[in-house]
Amino acid sequence: MQETGFTPAHIVRLYDRFEALDKEKTGLLRPQDFGAINGLAMNPIGDRIIGAFFSPGQETVDFHSFVRILAHFRPEDKKRPKDPSMPEPVNSRTSKIKFAFQLYDQDKDGKISRAELLQVLRSMLEMQVTEEQLESIADRTIQEADLDKDDAISFEEFRKSLEKVNIDHKMSIRFLR
Amino acid sequence: MSVRLALHSPSGSRSFLERGLLLLVMLIFLEGTVLTLGAASSPDIGAQDNTGGGHDHRGIAGSHDHTNYTYIKKAFPVLSLDYHHIQVPFEISLWVLLASLMKLGFHLIPRLSSIVPESCLLIVVGLLVGGLIKLAGEEVPPVLDSNLFFLCLLPPIILDAGYFLPIRPFMENIGTILMFAVVGTLWNAFFVGGLLYAVCQIEGTYLSQVELLPCLLFGSIISAVDPVAVLAVFEEIHINELLHILVFGESLLNDAVTVVLYHLFEEYSGAGEVTPMDVVLGVICFLIVSLGGIAVGAIYGILAAFTSRFTSHTRVIEPLFVFVYSYMAYLSAEMFHLSGIMALIACGAVMRPYVEANISHKSHTTVKYFLKMWSSVSETLIFIFLGVATVAGPHAWNWTFVSVTVILCLVSRVIGVVGLTFIINKFRIVKLTTKDQFIVAYGGLRGAIAFSLGYLLDKDLFPMRTMFLTAIITEIFFTVFVQGMTIKPLVDLLAVKKKQEAKRSINEEIHTQFLDHLLTGIEDICGHYGHHHWKDKLNRFNKKYIKKCLIAGERYKEPQLIAFYHKMEFKQAIELVESGGGVKLPSAVPSQVSMQNIQPKKLPPPVAERALPQFTKGREEEIRKILRSNLQKTRQRLRSYNRHTLVADPFEDGWNDFVLKKQRLIELEKKMTEMSNYLTVPGAIPDSPTMCRARLASDPNAFYNIKASSDGIPTIQVDLASPQSPDSVNMLNEFSKEGATGQGLGQREGADRDEDQGLMMKLAGKGEKGEEEGGSKNPGLMRCLSDPGPSNEDEEDEPFLP
Repeated sequence: MQETGFTPAHIVRLYDRFEALDKEKTGLLRPQDFGAINGLAMNPIGDRIIGAFFSPGQETVDFHSFVRILAHFRPEDKKRPKDPSMPEPVNSRTSKIKFAFQLYDQDKDGKISRAELLQVLRSMLEMQVTEEQLESIADRTIQEADLDKDDAISFEEFRKSLEKVNIDHKMSIRFLR
Repeated sequence: MSVRLALHSPSGSRSFLERGLLLLVMLIFLEGTVLTLGAASSPDIGAQDNTGGGHDHRGIAGSHDHTNYTYIKKAFPVLSLDYHHIQVPFEISLWVLLASLMKLGFHLIPRLSSIVPESCLLIVVGLLVGGLIKLAGEEVPPVLDSNLFFLCLLPPIILDAGYFLPIRPFMENIGTILMFAVVGTLWNAFFVGGLLYAVCQIEGTYLSQVELLPCLLFGSIISAVDPVAVLAVFEEIHINELLHILVFGESLLNDAVTVVLYHLFEEYSGAGEVTPMDVVLGVICFLIVSLGGIAVGAIYGILAAFTSRFTSHTRVIEPLFVFVYSYMAYLSAEMFHLSGIMALIACGAVMRPYVEANISHKSHTTVKYFLKMWSSVSETLIFIFLGVATVAGPHAWNWTFVSVTVILCLVSRVIGVVGLTFIINKFRIVKLTTKDQFIVAYGGLRGAIAFSLGYLLDKDLFPMRTMFLTAIITEIFFTVFVQGMTIKPLVDLLAVKKKQEAKRSINEEIHTQFLDHLLTGIEDICGHYGHHHWKDKLNRFNKKYIKKCLIAGERYKEPQLIAFYHKMEFKQAIELVESGGGVKLPSAVPSQVSMQNIQPKKLPPPVAERALPQFTKGREEEIRKILRSNLQKTRQRLRSYNRHTLVADPFEDGWNDFVLKKQRLIELEKKMTEMSNYLTVPGAIPDSPTMCRARLASDPNAFYNIKASSDGIPTIQVDLASPQSPDSVNMLNEFSKEGATGQGLGQREGADRDEDQGLMMKLAGKGEKGEEEGGSKNPGLMRCLSDPGPSNEDEEDEPFLP
C-alpha cells in the first residue's frame, strides 16, 4: 500500500478489475487473460505492455505485482519532499521514464539497440512503410539521441531526449490519483 | 519608396528627416481623409452633385423643363465631379487604407510598438480621427454599426482563429476552458449585474430608475471576455501555450453564454420579471445555441472538405470554398440566433485537416495569407472604429455607475478565476499555479463585441442606454489600455513561462506516440475509459471511414510519423546546404543516410533504390567546401510568425539564378573525380499533392545529389528531398492521429527534375534513365511547380502528434 501510494479506494477498485480479468478465478493473471482485453489486441504495442507485467521467467502475475506496475501511472505528487535517502517513488518522473525504457529494451541490456528500435517502429507504423524508411528513421533517431556514439540509446540518453515532454501528463491516468 | 531609402541610409539625420516627411505625408493624408469622410457623411452631400462647372446649366435647365418643355442645349461637360456615385465604396476603401497605413506607421517607429500594444495605438488613432472629424464641424459617422461589425468585421478574425486553432492543447484543456467560459461568464454577469443594481438602489446616486433586469443585461454584456482584444494583446506577449489557449479558448466559447443571456434579459426586460420557467428555457436555449452552432459549423466544414476532394482540376477557386463555406456557416448560425462564433470555429477546425490534404500548395498559401490579411485589417478597423465611436458619443457620464462597473468587473474576474481554479485543479493533472491564475484573470480583456451588443439595445426599452454605452466604453478602454499595456511587463516580472521555440526532435515524436499507445493500453487494462481510449477510438474511426470519403486519392494512407520524419530530414538537408560555412550540423551528415522513396505498397517504385556507403570526414569536408563555394547564400528563415511579419519568400530571388548555378555545377562535377559517396534523397509519390508541398526555406538548388554512376564517371544530380512539408502539422488530434496532413515533397523537386533532365543528359549517359524516372513523376508533380510560399510559422510548428 505504502510503496505504491494508492489509497484504499483505489486498491479496491483495482482488485475488482483484477478479479474481472481473472476469468478462472485462480488469483493470478496469465497472458491470455490480458489478451482477452479487446483494446489491447488492437494496440500496436499491446504485447509489450502485457509483457511488462510479468517478471522475467514468470508465467503469472499476482495482484501485488499488478498494482505495483499500475502504480507507475499514478500522477506525480508534486508536494513530495525531495528526500535523497528515500528510494525513488514508483510514480516519479524517473520511474515512469524507466518503465517506458524497459518497454523498448526487450532484452534488458540497458540500451535500446537499433534492432529494438526498429521493432518498435515496425509495430507502431503497422506495415504502411517500407523497410528502408524504417531503417532511415531508426538511424536518424539513434543519431539524434546517441551522445556517446555507441549506436544505441542508453537510459540517460533516453531521458535526455524526453526532457521537453511533460511525462507526468503523458504517463498518468487521472483516476489513479 | 523613399522610406526604404531612409531606413537604409547611413546618416542618422537624413533618415530622421525622411521619416519625419513620411509621417507628415501621412498626417496630411489623414486630414484629407477625415475631411472627406466628414464631408461625406454630412447630409448636404446629396444636393451637392452640381459641383462641376458644367452642371450648373443642367440644374437650371432641369427646373425649366417642367414649365417650358424646351430642351436648352448646354455645354458638354468635359470634366465633372460626381462624388455621390462612388461614395460608399470610396469611403470604405479610405477607411481600410487608413487602417493599413496606420499599421505601417506603427512599425516604422521602433520603440513604440514594443511598449504600447497595437490595439491601444489604434484606438488612439480612432480617437484622433473622430476628433478631427468633429473639429471639422461634420457629424461623425456611426461607423461601428452593429450590422457592419457582426457581419463583416468579426467573421474574418474568428475564422482566422478557428482555422489555425491548435487543436491538441485546446482539446486537452477543454474542460477547464468550458468551466471558465460558461461558469465564469455566468458568475461575472450575475455578480456585476446584481451588485450594480444594489449600488443603483442606494440613495443619492440618482440611478434608482435602473431596474434589476437592465442591470443584469448590462452585466451579461460587459462580462464576456473578448476574443479580438485577447488576440491582439496576447499575440504580442508570447506566453506559453497553455495560458494562451485557456484565455483564448474561453473568449471564443463564452459567445454562446453571452448570446443566451443577452437575448434572455433583453426579451424579458420589457416584461419586467423572469420566472423560473424562463430560466429553464434559458438553459435549454444555451444548449441549443452552443451545440447547434457547433453542429452547423461541422456540417459546413464537412461539406467544404467534401467539395475540396474534387477540386483537382480547378485549383484556382479552392481558397474560395474555404472562405465561402465558413462565412455561410456563420450566417446560417446567426440566422437561427445560434452562436455564430462557435459555428465558425467548428467549421474551420473540422475542415482543416481534410482540406489541407486535398488542396494544392498554392491554394493553401492563399488561404493562409488571405485569412491573416483580412483578420489583420478587420482588427485594425475595429479598434479605430472604437476610437471614432467614442468621440461620436452620445455619452452620459455618471461617475458612480462607471467607476463601480470598472471595479466590479475586475473584482468579479479575480474572484471568478480563483474560485474556479480551486475547483478545476482537483481534476487536472497539470495544475494551474497562482501565476497562471493571475495571468488568466488579468488577461480577461473586454472589447468591441461588448460595445456592439450595447449599441444594439433598443433606445426606447432602455432609456439608460447611453449611460450603459459610456460605461462599456470606459471598461473597454480600461482593460485595453491599462491591462493591455501592463501585461507584458508583468509577464516578464513574474517570469511566466514563455512560449517555447518548439523544435521537436524525432525522438520526441516517436516516444510521444509510443507513450500514447502505452497509455491507451494501460487504460484498457484498468478498464478505464479515459481520455486516451476515446482519442484512440476516434482516430481509428477517422482513419477507417472519414478520411476515405473526404480525401481524394491515395493520400489518406500517409502515416504521420513518416511525414514528420521527412520534414525533419528535409530541414536538415536545407541546413546542411545553408550552413555551407562549416557550421557543425546538429546531427551532422548521418553516417548512413538512406532516405528512400515513399510509396504506398501498391504503386510501382518509380525510382530505383540507392544504397549508401559511409561518409568519411574527408568527404564531408570536400562536399561542404564545394557547396559553400557554389551555393547562393539564402535568407534565413524567420522562426516566429505573427500577423505583422510575413515571412519573406526565399525562393523569389533564387529561382532566377537557379539555372546559372546548375551550369556552374556541371563544371564543378568534373573536379570531383574521386567522389564515390553521395547523398541521396528519395523521390516522390507522383500523385500526392501533400507530398509536393515542402517548405523549402532556402536556395532552390538546395540538395545535391552526388551519385556515383555505374560507369565510374561522377555525376552530380540535383535532386530535392522528398520529405514532407513542415507545414500544417497542426491537426485535429481526434481526427487524424495517423496524419491526413502528411505533407510535402520538395515541390521544387518537380522543377528540379525538369532542369535535371537537361543536366542529366549532359552528364555521363544517365540521361535516359533519369529522363524516364523524371518523366513518370512529372505529371503528378506538375502542380508542385510553384513557389513554396512562406516557411514555417510557429503555429505550424505544432507537434505533429497529438
